[in-house]
Amino acid sequence: MIVAEQKPIDEIKEMAAPYRKLLVLGCGTCVQTCFAGGEEEVATLVSTLRLAAKVDGRDIEVEGLTVERQCEDEFIQEAAESIARNEAVLSLACGAGVQAIARRFYHTPILPGVNTTFIGVLEKQGLFTEECLGCGNCELATFNGICPIARCAKKLLNGPCGGSRDGKCEINPETDCAWQLIYDRSKALGKLDNLKAYRPARSWQASSAGGPRRLVREDHII
Amino acid sequence: MNPEPVSRLEQILKQGEFAVTAECGPPRGANADVIREKGELLKGFVDAVNVTDNQTAIVRMSSIAACVHLEQMGLEPVMQMVTRDRNRIALQSDILGAYSLGIRNILCLSGDHQTFGSQPEAMNVFDIDSMNLLHMVRTMGSEGTDMSGFELDEAPHMFIGAVANPFADPFEYRVIRLAKKIEAGAEFIQTQCVYNTERFKEWLRMAREQGLTEQVHILAGITPLKSANATRYMATKVAGMDIPDDIIKRIAGVPKSQAAAEGIKLCLETIQELRELEGIHGIHIMAIESEDKVGEIVEEAGLLPRPVVEV
Ligand code: SF4
Ligand code: SF4
Repeated sequence: MIVAEQKPIDEIKEMAAPYRKLLVLGCGTCVQTCFAGGEEEVATLVSTLRLAAKVDGRDIEVEGLTVERQCEDEFIQEAAESIARNEAVLSLACGAGVQAIARRFYHTPILPGVNTTFIGVLEKQGLFTEECLGCGNCELATFNGICPIARCAKKLLNGPCGGSRDGKCEINPETDCAWQLIYDRSKALGKLDNLKAYRPARSWQASSAGGPRRLVREDHII
Repeated sequence: MNPEPVSRLEQILKQGEFAVTAECGPPRGANADVIREKGELLKGFVDAVNVTDNQTAIVRMSSIAACVHLEQMGLEPVMQMVTRDRNRIALQSDILGAYSLGIRNILCLSGDHQTFGSQPEAMNVFDIDSMNLLHMVRTMGSEGTDMSGFELDEAPHMFIGAVANPFADPFEYRVIRLAKKIEAGAEFIQTQCVYNTERFKEWLRMAREQGLTEQVHILAGITPLKSANATRYMATKVAGMDIPDDIIKRIAGVPKSQAAAEGIKLCLETIQELRELEGIHGIHIMAIESEDKVGEIVEEAGLLPRPVVEV
């Protein structure tokens, strides 16, 4: 999923300050799963903003709504009426959702309520970890299921750096060294040979280095 | 591969002499005198001087420039180059430039992560890794082409080095990685500082068993310990460093004023031990900000005079 984190309330308040009618728009997919922008977070944020306005003696109306996915037109349309009666939208979706709303509602200011961080998983309760950088050319078969592009701090593809120690990465003792994980799993699978051959310099053309990416599916064009 | 030695360091190693190199960090400023003063301290005591490339991700005078200053004093530099700050385009261009300025030895590294440095907010590059950099330098020299296959007008023939850290994990992969570096183009290896001699010997034994010590010249890393505090700091805070407890105790066990002398004594003992090992062809002294100690260590270790060779 796309993992995001709600912005600090002061930052949200500052962004929202110019508006008297605000829609807090949640998204029921990734950001709901990572507790950043789903129904519950929308409800909490709506009351927090209302309360804060009261304390500051400001007269504002805050409304809340959550759609299934802010990155899809079909669901975005469900928010059309609410958006129309507000001055601005505080979207709790990921960066793609925020921009999808901005694209559809050209004349309404859209504010981001979360910081979109990474493509990751819930590793354990309370801990999300980054797993994929969307590099455009997946090599998880070679690395036996663990991605060094997203999970090695130096994107090393030919083995661990000299800082790997006791399974942890040199840059953060809390973070696993991707290469220790790759090594252990490859060994367990009897596939260490994958890691012995020299890997030539990688092409980053399919990654964000090649500029904003487009995916054309001829078979879907009508 | 290039049959004729391209540098004095290569010549010395090919002759079968026990080589001595030392590290020299460029200044955090544009003052070339700092480099020259360090160079003066090393002159006559070492065969080549490694110049670090923004070591620990702290901005310093460029390695290429500092190498040229040393060269002008008659010292032979080993230019260190990391893949953290430059993409493949910049790396190739700098290699061509360095060669045109007379630099003949290169040490290829990935580099310390920028979060360790003074500007952790910087973006890193890591377009290629140290292994790819080795391969790139070798191909430029042996094939005379850049990474796109374009034929270069004069190929840079360099003596190519890499680093190895036998003390990092996973231990068994360390020898595989050494083999890969050799395959990619490494002709000499400079290792992390050796304090844990047992582990080092085990690594070397594995390398020997695979015939790797026949294919590459390994120079073992040496760093004199200065004080008990510095030792503890290195043992716990410096990435990739392995200092066993008995060594920490030894340095902490002597009066403060004698700690540095004890550190040198330990160096000399380690050098003695390393010289006996089959497959070790030299030492690399990293006396960080105490370049004045290098001469003493080399002399006491009985490694003077240094061989005189012409290339
Ligand atoms: S190789 Fe690329 S696509 Fe596959 S997990 Fe890693 S970053 Fe994602
Ligand atoms: S310690 Fe492991 S994960 Fe961290 S940079 Fe080195 S190889 Fe990559």
